[in-house]
Parts: sequence; C-alpha cells; structure tokens
Amino acid sequence: MTLQECYAAMGGDYEGVMGRLRSERMVQKFVLKFLADGSYDLLLSSAAAADWQEAFRAAHTIKGVCQNLGFNRLYESSSELSEAMRDGKPLADPALLERVKEDYAATAGAIRALQEALGV
Amino acid sequence: MEQKRKQTILIADDSEINRSILVDILGDEYDILEAEDGVQAVAAIRKHLAEIDLVLLDIVMPEMDGFEVLTVMNQQNWIEDLPVIMISAESAPAHMERAYNLGVTDFISRPFNALVVHRRVVNTTLLYAKQKKLVNLVAEQIYEKEQQNGLMIDILSHIVEFRNGESGQHVLHIRTLTELFLQHLILKTDRYQITRADISLISTASALHDIGKIAIPSEVLNKPGRLTDEEFKIMKTHSAVGADMMDSVPVHQGERLVAVARSICRWHHERWDGRGYPDGLKGDEIPIEAQIVALADVYDALTSPRCYKPAFTHAKAVEMILGGQCGTFNPLILECLTETADRLPEMLRSAQTQASHMELRSVAEEMHRHEELSASERTLQLLEHERMKYNFFAAMTQELQFEYTDSPPMLILSAWGAEKLGLGETVMDPLHNERALAIFSGADMHRLSQALRAAPRENPVVTYVCKIRLGGAERWHRIIARTTWSSDEPPKYTGFIGKAVDIHDSHEKLATLEQEASHDALTGLLNHAYAQKRILAQIEAGPSSHYALAILDLDHFKSANDNFGHSFGDQVLKHMAERLHFSIRGGDTAARVGGDEFLIFLEYTSDLEPVIDRIYQAISGGKFDDFTISVSMGVATTEMVGYSYDTLFHAADQALYTVKRGGRGRCCFYDQSMADTLSAISPIDGGEARGEHDE
Repeated sequence: MTLQECYAAMGGDYEGVMGRLRSERMVQKFVLKFLADGSYDLLLSSAAAADWQEAFRAAHTIKGVCQNLGFNRLYESSSELSEAMRDGKPLADPALLERVKEDYAATAGAIRALQEALGV
Repeated sequence: MEQKRKQTILIADDSEINRSILVDILGDEYDILEAEDGVQAVAAIRKHLAEIDLVLLDIVMPEMDGFEVLTVMNQQNWIEDLPVIMISAESAPAHMERAYNLGVTDFISRPFNALVVHRRVVNTTLLYAKQKKLVNLVAEQIYEKEQQNGLMIDILSHIVEFRNGESGQHVLHIRTLTELFLQHLILKTDRYQITRADISLISTASALHDIGKIAIPSEVLNKPGRLTDEEFKIMKTHSAVGADMMDSVPVHQGERLVAVARSICRWHHERWDGRGYPDGLKGDEIPIEAQIVALADVYDALTSPRCYKPAFTHAKAVEMILGGQCGTFNPLILECLTETADRLPEMLRSAQTQASHMELRSVAEEMHRHEELSASERTLQLLEHERMKYNFFAAMTQELQFEYTDSPPMLILSAWGAEKLGLGETVMDPLHNERALAIFSGADMHRLSQALRAAPRENPVVTYVCKIRLGGAERWHRIIARTTWSSDEPPKYTGFIGKAVDIHDSHEKLATLEQEASHDALTGLLNHAYAQKRILAQIEAGPSSHYALAILDLDHFKSANDNFGHSFGDQVLKHMAERLHFSIRGGDTAARVGGDEFLIFLEYTSDLEPVIDRIYQAISGGKFDDFTISVSMGVATTEMVGYSYDTLFHAADQALYTVKRGGRGRCCFYDQSMADTLSAISPIDGGEARGEHDE
C-alpha cells in the first residue's frame, strides 16, 4: 500500500495535503504519528465520564489534526461532534460519537495497513 | 559581520502532531519553543520574553485557551512588542474579530498551507525586527543629535573666547559652575521647579552666554586698560546682541535650548537689586538660569587672569562676591556659592583635565564601535543578566520563592519551589486552583492576601505562619512577603513577592517546650501557674459571664503513699487526672495545683449545682487497686466572691477546708460562714495544714 492508497482507503484528500505540505516524506511521517496521538482515547474516556468540556477539546483537537493532514472523512465527523459539544454542552445525539468511532476505525485501519506495507 | 542568532518562535498548540508539522516547516530557520497549553505558553513567554520573536497560538487548548493567553499578554503589555499569529480551525468571523481585537498580527485557518505559514512567519518576524531596529535607530539618532548640539555650542563659544583672548576654559568653567549651583539649588528649594533635564539644558546653554561679544569691536573687547564710559556702553550691548542672535537663529526656534540660551544671553548681567543691564530687572524677574550663570560668570572672571587684571584666589573671589563688590545676587544663590565653596576649586581643576574635544571624539568612536548595541538592547541585556543572576541564586538557596500578580491572578514559583510543591512554575488563578488549594488551604490563602492588601505602602512586609502540605505531610512554614506597587500616580497594588521558609522543626520544638512549660509532667494536666494565666485570660475575655472554681483533693492520699509506696501514689494521681480530664466539658479547665490537689474552672449560665454534682460523681468513688477513691471538694463562684482570682481561689480553698474538717468525702459550696476558716492547702508546700486534717 502506498501513502496515496492509504488516503484513498480512509476517505482522505491526498492531493490536498500534498498541495499544502508539499513533501511526501513529511506527510507520511505525520500520518504514521497519528495513531500515537492521545486525543481519541481522551475523547472516549471523557465522553464516558460525561466531562463534555474535555470531550469537546479532544474532538476539536482530532478535527484540527485531521484538517491539517487531509483526513477528510474523520475531519467532518469530528467537526460535527465537537460543534455539538461546544462550551461543554452534553452530547444529545450519541450517533455523532458513533460516526466518529467508525471513521476513526477506518482511518486507523488504513494507517495500520500502510505501516505493514512499509514494514515499520 | 558576525553570525546572527536565530530568531525564536513559541508554538502553543495542544496537539503534538500539529506542533510537529509547524516545527518541520519552520525548524530549519528558527529556534522553536513549544507549549502544550495556555498556562505553559504564558510561563514560556514570561521566562523567555527577551528571546521570543513570534508566537504561533492555537485557540482551543486546555487550562487556558488562546484568547485567555492573549488577554494576559495584553495585561502584561507583552503584545506590544511580541507579534502573535493565531492558527486555528475556528474560522468563524467572530473568532477572527476577537483575535484581531486582542492584538494578533495575523490569523491562519486550518488546514494550513506550509508555504503560507512559512511566508507569513517570515514576513511578520522581518517586520517586527525592522520595527525593533527602527526604534533603536531613532534612539541612537536622538543621542547623536544631543551630542552634536553640544559640539556646535562648544565650537561657537570657543570662537568667542578665541576672539576675547580668554583661556578657552571659561566656557567649561561656566558650565561646571552652573551645573553645580543648580544641583545644589534644587536641594534647597523647589521654588524654581527645575528638573534634572533642565539642569543639563541650562548648563549646555550657559556656554553661549557671551556669544554677543562677536559683535563687539576687538579694540574695545581686548583693551588692556580701563574702558571709557563710551567703550563700556558698547561693551554692555553684548547681552542684548546675543539675545537678538538667538532670536534670529533661522531654524530650531521652538527649541527649549534656544529659548534658554536667549534668556541667559540677555540677562546674565542683570542684578538682584535691579542695578544690572540691559533691562534693569529685579529679583526673580530675572529668570533663574540667568541668575545662576551671572554668578558663575562673575566667579570665573574673578579667579581667571584677564588682560586688565590678575587672577584672584578662590577665597578672595568668594569674599568679594559676598561683600557685594560685583553687584547683588539672590541670597539663595549666594548660599549655593558658600555651601559649595569648598568643592569649587577641585571641581574646576578636574573640569580642565576633561579636554572636551578629545572627550567628544572618544565618545563618538565608542558609539561607532557599538553601533548595533543601542540603548534599548543594552537595557534588555542588563535585565537578562539580572534575571540570570536572580534565577541562579534562587536555585541555590533552595527556597520557596514566589511572585503573585493580582491582574491577571497568576502565581509564579521559583523553579526549586515549583518542583518541591509539585506545581508548575506558573499557576493561573491560584485561589481557585484545586492543586494549589490542596497544598495551601483556601482560608490561609485568603487571610494572607487580606493581610497583604491591608499592608500600607510604607510598610509593605507581611509575615504569616501557617501549614503547607508537602508530599502528604503538613509542615509549618513562615511566609515573608511584600506587596508590589505600580509606577502610576497614585501607585496601585499589583501583587506581592516573597518566600516561604520551612520552620517545622523549630516550630514543633517550640510547641513541645510550651507544652512542657504549661503542663504538669506527671499527670499531663495544666500546671497551676499556666491554669491561672488561662483563667485570667478567660475572665478578661468574658467579664460578665459567671464562673466557678473548684478545688479538690484526695482523702487519705498520704496513706496510699505510706502503704503502697510513692510510685503507687503517682499511679493514683494519674488515674485521678484521667477521670478529671474526661469529666469536664470542652471549654473547662482542669489543672494540678500540687500534691494531690486539683482545680477545675468552668463557666456556667444557669444552674451550677447539677453541673458540679455530675463532675463530683464522675471523679469520686470506686477503687484504684486497693485504694478507695474518695474526694473532698470546695467550690466558689464569681457570683458570690467577685472576679479576683486570688479571692476565688481562697474561697474555694476555705470551702474545701470546711469539707475536710467536717468528715471529708463530699462537695461543698463556699458561703459567708466560712470566711474566717483556715486554708486547706495554703501554704501549698507547707504541708502543716494538710497534715493536721489528713491524719
């Protein structure tokens, strides 16, 4: 699997990110770093604890990272989720979180496949 | 050209990936500092203010968000010199507007383009670097201009002197004397409202006092003998001519220097009594700068050789001036002369050695060599040096040092202190910070800040002793702090600085000593002396309450000692003390008076008898081993005998004596009939009275 195929698998915008960050080496480095980012775990735990302020921040961070890296599908769902919890508002529609979970799984799966292909 | 240092950028973003992307884009050209939340960002700016050239700031962050960071930057005036570019996924116009209102230079939306970020960062740092350089350049030019002014004036006045055939030192002397007299004058009076800047200006302008002499024909100017009336008339025109010259200076008419020089030129031959020239001004109609230069001029003319006279000595010159031989002067200024007279000759000699041109040239060379090192940069370097020194010593002393700013509420700890407390070096809003409150109780924090707020500016140091929780254990600390004030007029309270010193060990020792001094070693009850002190304090605090004092002793205690030995006797006393301790109420006092006598002191509101009866039942009766506990007790109240401790004690003692004499083993209240009885226990260590009724 190539980086481009990885982006295709997760529903990301490869052309876009290459246009912005310009270096395949750099993009790949950050894509591989994505799995180590703690924001997703923080989102799940704070949502479970009904700490909506913290959950908002975590979702917002995921959104920002995805935006930078062009992970469009996860960007859209995390963006919608964070807006729903802005200012610590309790999450009224659990389906928003479920969608983020699905998209995160798809994104993470694609990145893991890339890791395997690269042997890292 | 030396290697330029890299500029430094602070990146504040809670996402590690986002920070890394920015580091990748900018790391080659800039030194990078990172902060993962707003508090860290504020701490980093505070610590590295002089080095940081740009801040890249995220909005949504834990602890403090980007807007709060900007608010602090505004309150601390950091935003004026430190550009901020906001980078955020929040692209709503309201957010951008708020960011711009808070002073950000630029706003970059996510997802960002590496080229755009790079370009904007480069542009912003260049722009600000230029601005910094411009500020420095202007400062340098102002300095240079002042130097040039001085140079031009020196050249002009030397031309005059050259023509006069004077030594060339006259101008230098006038300047030195003028400065000295003025400095002395402002110590004596504020009548003339002269600032330090004025002194420098007047001294500089004083060099021009005789500029009008350029227009005097040289045969008059340099005539060796006495001038005729006609010639003197011509000579006298130099002051008005000098003033006219200043009036007709084609440029710089608005400048203070020109105005002051004009006034000196025109009026430095006026005299206090109105008998000078050209206008015959009197007293303080003569501007102070002209009065001062007039005296300086006369003194220097007297002490220098002239074509028409030899030089007089310093003492002779002063004598002649005070004697009124050179016209009258403002008495205040004459005082300046007499009070500085001792220093004058020496001052003038050292002024001579300062050969002014050489001086100027070397200053110019020095300036040239350090062209890049402008005043503001020097100040920053000095500050940085002081900060380094401070940090070093703070780290060495292992003290908990702190600084608190009131607005925004921010506590800054020394590195050592922060580590010791397990807090960050910067704690925002400590009064509402759970981790800070777990270490330093809210009540203590509140009381300390009240005390500091109440501290007057003349006496701003507050000492406060309290417990601080360190690593799970509470330790006593003494906090010494002083308030800080703004430079506004009137000054405003801005916060405080101070340190906390661990005094736990000495405090504990003191507490132990106090415990030992106030308590009976055997029974652990209060001793008599301390109990008396406490009782007196209690009566003083509530002088209208009712109190009762009971004295009790153990019946047949001597036989316990005799039959079972002294250590058994001690056991009995300890047992009694315990029973006493558990039978009284919280606010009551129980003490060992001595031997087997104890006292109880209590406050009561209504019916006393049931209270006393309950206590008596609780301490009397039963056995300790084979020894039967029987107690005799006498009680006196303030209602009966008044509030004197001695009277109260004596009355209870008499009641006890009555019980002892009447067969022991009961409790009795004092009444008038006992007024003449003997004492049961006095003298306490005499033993005779006791021996009499115990056996």
